[in-house]
Amino acid sequence: MLRGHQSWEFANKPVILSTGVVGGPFEARGPLANDFDILHGDKWLGQDSFEKAEKKLLEQACEKAIEKAGLNKEDIQFFLAGDLMNQIITSSFAARTLGSPYLGLFGACSTSMEGLALGSMIINSMGANYIICGTASHNSSAEKQFRYPTEYGGQKPPTAQWTVTGAGVALLGKEGSGPRVTAATIGRVVDMGISDPFNMGAAMAPAAVDTLQAHFRDFERSPTDYDLIATGDLGKIGYQITKDLLAKHGIQMGDQYVDCGMLIYSEDQPVIAGASGAACSATVTYGHILNRMQRGELNKVLIVATGALLSPLSFQQKESIPCIAHGVVIENIPS
Amino acid sequence: MSSKAKKKLTLTQQEYQEFAKAREPQRSVVFNCVKAFLVGGSICLLGQLISQFYMTFFDFNERTASNPTVATLIFIAVLMTGFGVYDHLGQWAGAGSAVPVTGFANSIASAAIEHRSEGYVLGVGGNMFKLAGSVIVFGVVAAFVVALVKSIIIQLGGF
Repeated sequence: MLRGHQSWEFANKPVILSTGVVGGPFEARGPLANDFDILHGDKWLGQDSFEKAEKKLLEQACEKAIEKAGLNKEDIQFFLAGDLMNQIITSSFAARTLGSPYLGLFGACSTSMEGLALGSMIINSMGANYIICGTASHNSSAEKQFRYPTEYGGQKPPTAQWTVTGAGVALLGKEGSGPRVTAATIGRVVDMGISDPFNMGAAMAPAAVDTLQAHFRDFERSPTDYDLIATGDLGKIGYQITKDLLAKHGIQMGDQYVDCGMLIYSEDQPVIAGASGAACSATVTYGHILNRMQRGELNKVLIVATGALLSPLSFQQKESIPCIAHGVVIENIPS
Repeated sequence: MSSKAKKKLTLTQQEYQEFAKAREPQRSVVFNCVKAFLVGGSICLLGQLISQFYMTFFDFNERTASNPTVATLIFIAVLMTGFGVYDHLGQWAGAGSAVPVTGFANSIASAAIEHRSEGYVLGVGGNMFKLAGSVIVFGVVAAFVVALVKSIIIQLGGF
């Protein structure tokens, strides 16, 4: 049901029955390597193009989630997915393999939480028994589409981020054991006039701030109500801006505020300002954060996935970057 | 940002951009220049050594040795691109590895490798000059303008 201006409260509390998290070689060297279900040593995944490799990542994540939940492909009513490729080919092609009824989403790097919020809404309103929602991204295919060829020796500025190679999906169900999705806040498009595609953190931070403020307002909550608040892929710069901007608006984010883009890689990996990409929030949330919830270290978390809604064409035409953020609350509820 | 671009932004946007700017690390211009100078200089030194090699061991003079020298440098750069080393060098060296002929070779080779999956004609052929194309176009235009200026000066009885 609607809560406040732009939030949903899920009375039936859909359950995250299982997740599938797949990563590439660079993620395998990071501190969260143990939270992945499958890690690949080859960034091509044995495929002959990066786009096919990205599709494979998403397919494997779906297979893994279905296997872990002890279900069959046929049990899945709907598949909700999106990615960064033109015309979301990764998701559509993975949906072809999966064979489930499919809804394609595009929210750039915010797709993970867009999918989780919509999936929970469908389950909550009895529209399905089982839903898979997720997203994938591949470092090389994203570089190819949005920036320069991967082997091009151009220098990246200190604000640049590293796109995560991976896929993260969640299998939602009506009943069962697992963390539950209790609420979601849908973000508005915010554009603060940043037009540098190598500075996504600063472009997306205002969208994260807008959604966080809306969330706290709609639910009359404060940051201290959560054990963990994680933004999707703001990186070091966007994280600092978000924290300072919220403080300016009278909301103090404590130590429980983290950014997925700063968790997935270690300091000595050459990622410049941090990680980005649709798979960043998906792999960290569905892997690391849910594992911590299952161990009982966290009981109530708010994930705010941020996305930059630009296209390679729009930034070449000197358009600024519109951004969005969607927040989802995941809780451990004792049954 | 230029004042013209700034005019299009609202007050809130301008205020935010300043707020964000204060939290972004700046590029170290001096350090980047030093690195570019060292790497760019080293590439040129390597070129000089190759040139000397051709003059000493083969039948080339100072003028004719430049062709095999450039070909050798391009070969090395393409090989380094293929092995995935040149982009790491580029991130460290900046203009130092982008400006010499090796950078030009890298831009062509990297685009060719990248678009191999779309086939030889539309992929490799169509995208090879994606980055280098503008260098060629504006290089030719600039050369034409300079030649035009020179011709006019000569016609007017100058130098």
